[in-house]
Amino acid sequence: MKRYIDFYLASMRISILQQFQYRVANYFYMIGMVAEPVIYLVVWSTIADQQGGSVGGYTPGTFAAYYIVWTLVRNMNIVFTPYGWEWRIREGNLSMELMRPMHPIHNDIAYFSGWKFVVIILWLPLALFLSWVFKPTFDITWMEGIAFFVAIWGAYLIRTMLLSLLGMITFWTTRVSAIFELYFGFELILSGRLVPMTLMPQWVQNLSNYLPFKWTFFFPIETLVGSMTTQELWVGIGMQILWIVIGASLLNLVWRAAIKQFSAVGG
Amino acid sequence: MSSVITISQLAKHYQVPEREGGLKAALTSLFKRKYRTVKAVNGISFNIEPGEVVGFLGPNGAGKTTTLKMLSGLLHPTSGDIHVMGFEPFRRSYDYLRQITLVMGNRNQLTWDLPALDSFDLQRAVYGIPETEFKRTRDDFIDLLELKDLVNKPVRNLSLGERMKMEIVAALLHRPKVLFLDEPTIGLDVTMQRRIRTFIAEYNHRYNATVLLTSHYMADVEALCKRVIVIHHGRILFDGDLSSLVNQFSSYKTLSVTLENPEIDLSQYGEVLSRDDGRVTLRVPKAQTSEVTARLLSDLQVDDLTVEDAPVDDIIDQVFSQKEEV
Repeated sequence: MKRYIDFYLASMRISILQQFQYRVANYFYMIGMVAEPVIYLVVWSTIADQQGGSVGGYTPGTFAAYYIVWTLVRNMNIVFTPYGWEWRIREGNLSMELMRPMHPIHNDIAYFSGWKFVVIILWLPLALFLSWVFKPTFDITWMEGIAFFVAIWGAYLIRTMLLSLLGMITFWTTRVSAIFELYFGFELILSGRLVPMTLMPQWVQNLSNYLPFKWTFFFPIETLVGSMTTQELWVGIGMQILWIVIGASLLNLVWRAAIKQFSAVGG
Repeated sequence: MSSVITISQLAKHYQVPEREGGLKAALTSLFKRKYRTVKAVNGISFNIEPGEVVGFLGPNGAGKTTTLKMLSGLLHPTSGDIHVMGFEPFRRSYDYLRQITLVMGNRNQLTWDLPALDSFDLQRAVYGIPETEFKRTRDDFIDLLELKDLVNKPVRNLSLGERMKMEIVAALLHRPKVLFLDEPTIGLDVTMQRRIRTFIAEYNHRYNATVLLTSHYMADVEALCKRVIVIHHGRILFDGDLSSLVNQFSSYKTLSVTLENPEIDLSQYGEVLSRDDGRVTLRVPKAQTSEVTARLLSDLQVDDLTVEDAPVDDIIDQVFSQKEEV
């Protein structure tokens, strides 16, 4: 255990150092990323105004809160992508990672965790600017604050497991970007990224309860923006833990088969 | 003494999809795919003893890298037995991976934008190396490879040779007992190659490490390996001392003669390979070496004469061309 803690700290340190080398690029990347929620925010705020001040219980102020928190959750959701898996397998870079006495997923988790610290620092001025422009309505209790902190890391781990599973398809076949895009399409609709889940038809909301996507996006945002009861917060975190366990178990299972299949191409 | 590496009838076969060119073949392959079995490694056996440095030679596609990948646990063998220090590499146990390293000349494990010292620290964490041992080993290697002025520079600013030296340090910080080196000097200049060879020899000497080395540079093999294993088309053609390889496969010797009159035609003595500053180099069948040497000395005014074995590169070429199992 001590070795893993030491490794996570060392890898996060490397990541932080490396991302600060690219601070300008990272900033422009984040500014670009803000464009998407700002468009959603402007559209929904306009609709809310036209419908007498709210849509499905969301006022322009709560929409602003939703999409400003969205920007942080979106950044926390960035993990090693299936395209990254495709690249590391096709280019042979996985071989060097496999020589380490440690599963490569640990490096992925640690490295991107380190990146999050840089992202949060860079996000703060952007969030302040968006708050100044769009005037969000927040009413946060300390319990919701703690739940949000736990939920964004839970979301990060769920997404790491799921996208790694998806990426591992490339052990069997290369060029599977069409499958990846299909997955991202479902995720966009069923996670709350496009629109808060409570504005979706009831059957979509029901379906999303049984799928992992909602717990990586809508749930973390709602812990801070919505008015969830303590029980709902615990259920949500419980669902996140469940999906982390399911993801990790599947990952372990698929990994065993994948590594036998691995042909260590290109080095 | 028990062997560190034991391989018996090891094979790795791949199923490779195959089709002819053209649209019709492309459409047909959608419904009926043809596969061909490629026998990358086809039933090889050898043992390597503790502390041995063995050259693993063969042309491109011979099966060298596939064998190294099976030994380092990257690939599952199709059949056969493989044991390294009592471990089956493909099980990829922590205790096994902790004791080996694989250096590939064209692979990079250092973080590109940061000084190599940061990557070394990550290696410390990966292998759980105690801090004092890590610092001692790291500083020792930095001294041996003369890297003191370079370790604080971002890796991207280093030359290929400097980067390779850093790679080797990173790969050996956990002091592995078995080294798999795949073309560690590829693309490097002669001075850098020599420095890396010296370092490998020193590491082997200090830690009694076992080394299996592939290289297309015969200078690497001649400097480091007493024993060589020659592989071709996935089969072993030769396994023994480098000197026996030379004796067994060299069918000629090279005579270099400095004559009083360098213009004399020497074609009757052997094949003239070159004339350079009054020194003539001849290729002579091995069985006739003594006789030709005696004739040269008696017939001509010879200032200097040396007899050498054929270059190892040529001998290896000859082994491949014979393509027969020894």
